[in-house]
Amino acid sequence: MTDAALSSTLTSAPGIPGADVNVVPTWRRLGRRLRPGLAVAPFLLYSFLGLGLPILAVVDFAFRDPAGHLTSANVRLMAHNPYLLGFKNSIILAAITSVVPGVLGVILAYTIHTSRSGLLRRLVATASGVLANFGGINLTFMFIATIGSTGLLSVWLTYLHINLTSLGFNLYSFYGVVVVYMYFQIPLMVLVITPALAGLRASWREAASNMGASPWRYWRHVGIPVLMPSVLGGMLLLFGSAFAAYATAETLTAGTVTLAPIQIGNLLAGNAISGQVNVGYAIGLGMFVVLAITMVLYGLVRKRASKWLR
Amino acid sequence: MASLTVEALEDLAADPSPRRRRRPRVWRALILFAAAAYFILPIFAALRFAFQNDSNHFSLYAVRAIPSQVGFTAAFVLSLKLAFSTLVLTLLLMVPTTIYVHLRLPRMRRVLEFITILPIVIPPIVLILGVLRAAPLWLKSSPYLLSLVYVVLSMPFVYRSIDSGLSAIDLRTLVEASRSLGGNWVKTMWRVVMPNLRAGLLSASVLTLALVLGEFTMASLDLWTTLPVWIAQFQQVDAHIATAVAMLSLVGTWLLITVIVSLDRSESRRSRRRMGQ
Repeated sequence: MTDAALSSTLTSAPGIPGADVNVVPTWRRLGRRLRPGLAVAPFLLYSFLGLGLPILAVVDFAFRDPAGHLTSANVRLMAHNPYLLGFKNSIILAAITSVVPGVLGVILAYTIHTSRSGLLRRLVATASGVLANFGGINLTFMFIATIGSTGLLSVWLTYLHINLTSLGFNLYSFYGVVVVYMYFQIPLMVLVITPALAGLRASWREAASNMGASPWRYWRHVGIPVLMPSVLGGMLLLFGSAFAAYATAETLTAGTVTLAPIQIGNLLAGNAISGQVNVGYAIGLGMFVVLAITMVLYGLVRKRASKWLR
Repeated sequence: MASLTVEALEDLAADPSPRRRRRPRVWRALILFAAAAYFILPIFAALRFAFQNDSNHFSLYAVRAIPSQVGFTAAFVLSLKLAFSTLVLTLLLMVPTTIYVHLRLPRMRRVLEFITILPIVIPPIVLILGVLRAAPLWLKSSPYLLSLVYVVLSMPFVYRSIDSGLSAIDLRTLVEASRSLGGNWVKTMWRVVMPNLRAGLLSASVLTLALVLGEFTMASLDLWTTLPVWIAQFQQVDAHIATAVAMLSLVGTWLLITVIVSLDRSESRRSRRRMGQ
């Protein structure tokens, strides 16, 4: 029976084989179409759970009161002190510690780039990579040991009858944080700007001087316009890094300096005025918005910068 | 025309005249000296402080006393556990995904690039704020929640390391050659792709370990006493010991990085020599 049945199926195949041939590949094609998604699915799922969900939670709680009702009170509270001051200070801090280390970083990078010592260049590249990742508790201790009240440099300066404290400098304050941030911001700028300096071709300078341009005119019309987008991009990156930093300021000032990230930390640790528990989420949302704008600008500037750096 | 060129060449040759060269050299020395002082002095000061006792004399008491301090061992072990679990998880997640996207879904690279830049844009303090709200209770009571978040933090470095490693080799040809010679997928990945990716994987691993061992923000707000959190707390008890631990952890991280990188370099040099023979 089986043989007969089989042969009958096989002989009566004309109609079916087409379907048969079609069915399996459709299956396979579907599988093939799904497989790329399946292979990337774990990553996408992880990103959603680890990034998307927390961000949604921050946005959600920014618009809820402690009882869970929708409200805009948190966001409105941000327009008042102390939260407004925290935001303002954070932006001023990030602005200072992006422009000043930005300029210093370019000068340092240029000095090293034009030096003839390959060893120096390699040394600085490695050191910048390490120093740009400094931060937090280690950096805090290093600066307390240097310019804290009994720090090494403070003691040396007293021999010269210079007293940092009586000059109005306090390491555990806003300007202390500024000085400490420079320590990782300058190396970061060196790392970012060195490729741009390398893109400044010697032939341009030769061409300019062949045509009778002074070094000043070369910089005015060629060097600075070519470097400017990269410098601005680097400064935006520095702005973002200073604006988002928490650990260094927190460990240095024990949470007493009024900055937006420090305020979030304090709110999260439970030091909140009753009814304002969720303001932390609103501040977080605000920080996210500022950083998103910074990064969009960075993207635009980088596109402009890459024009000359191929 | 010819005279003009000669003149220009003479100009160029005359350019680095001693008078014009000297001033930049003084400036260069000044800048380098100032930079060296600013970057080296704090490291020196902290090291000095770590090797001093309360009466400012050289002493090893702080270093010797570290292991017997309350909570040190627990914090150290916790940091190591978190570092290695993060490393394993991040490599398991990122390596297959990145290789697959390179081989089969080049269009997805832009998506991956976008997602992996996000952890840089979102400050850790905001991310942990959301994580502590979104995580279920059973996960919040475990320190490994931190590991799971650290994987996200390490994505930018890990993805870029692997991505540039894969871009540097002709992945498609290598895989096709291996497959046509009868190697199955596991064998192809393990014997062909991984050895070629070693440099990228190494730098990704080193960056991840350094990131986890030094992370303070999230650990302190999640109330787990990892090594950096312990150091910050212990500052109140004995500043010399706390500084000693901080500097040792710094030196330890550097050593780890140097050893791993130099191991790789000598290994690749040896294999190159072997191939040359």
